[in-house]
Amino acid sequence: MKICKVIGNVWATRKHKCLLGLKLLLVRELDVETGTLKGETMLAVDKNVHAGIGNVVLVCDEGNSARMMLDNPVAGIRTVVCGIVDEVEEFKKVKRFH
Amino acid sequence: MFAAKVIGRVVATRKWKTIEGIKLLLIQPTDWKGNPRGEPIVAADSVGAGAGEFVFYVKAREACFQWLKGNKQVLDEMPPFDATIMGIIDGVEINENL
Repeated sequence: MKICKVIGNVWATRKHKCLLGLKLLLVRELDVETGTLKGETMLAVDKNVHAGIGNVVLVCDEGNSARMMLDNPVAGIRTVVCGIVDEVEEFKKVKRFH
Repeated sequence: MFAAKVIGRVVATRKWKTIEGIKLLLIQPTDWKGNPRGEPIVAADSVGAGAGEFVFYVKAREACFQWLKGNKQVLDEMPPFDATIMGIIDGVEINENL
């Protein structure tokens, strides 16, 4: 799992049925130590986590976990938001995100 | 999932049986602002996208599941795809300087 920041959202009317009713968020990996963003911007699916722009979230980029979370064994989704990060502790340094 | 622009169509007469009846499109991967990046790839279309449209697609094994008819992962029915278009983007809101 990755610690990412929500930097945007996407809306789409025509989409595959496995995405109906789900929120689509743009996330980018966060370097916790420096607070900078790195890597590619990915589109992640949010089901019942209710993350918004600016939140630091936990993102799972793996298909089987995504299918289990979405309760659909044939969903074509591999990136899901699975939590909102409150704080990260690294070498006794605590970083709070909200 | 990542963004791409549809740039063309691919036609193949002789193909593997599970691909029959599925539309293949040539897409140029882009960033979320529409700037091209990387090489064009061939993707299967699950939403009815046309040339010039801004879409998002899923890569890897998850690209095969959309085409299953039932609710089970039947290997014999899974077409050999590594990218599938999942939706047509209506709008993107992105702010990397949060």
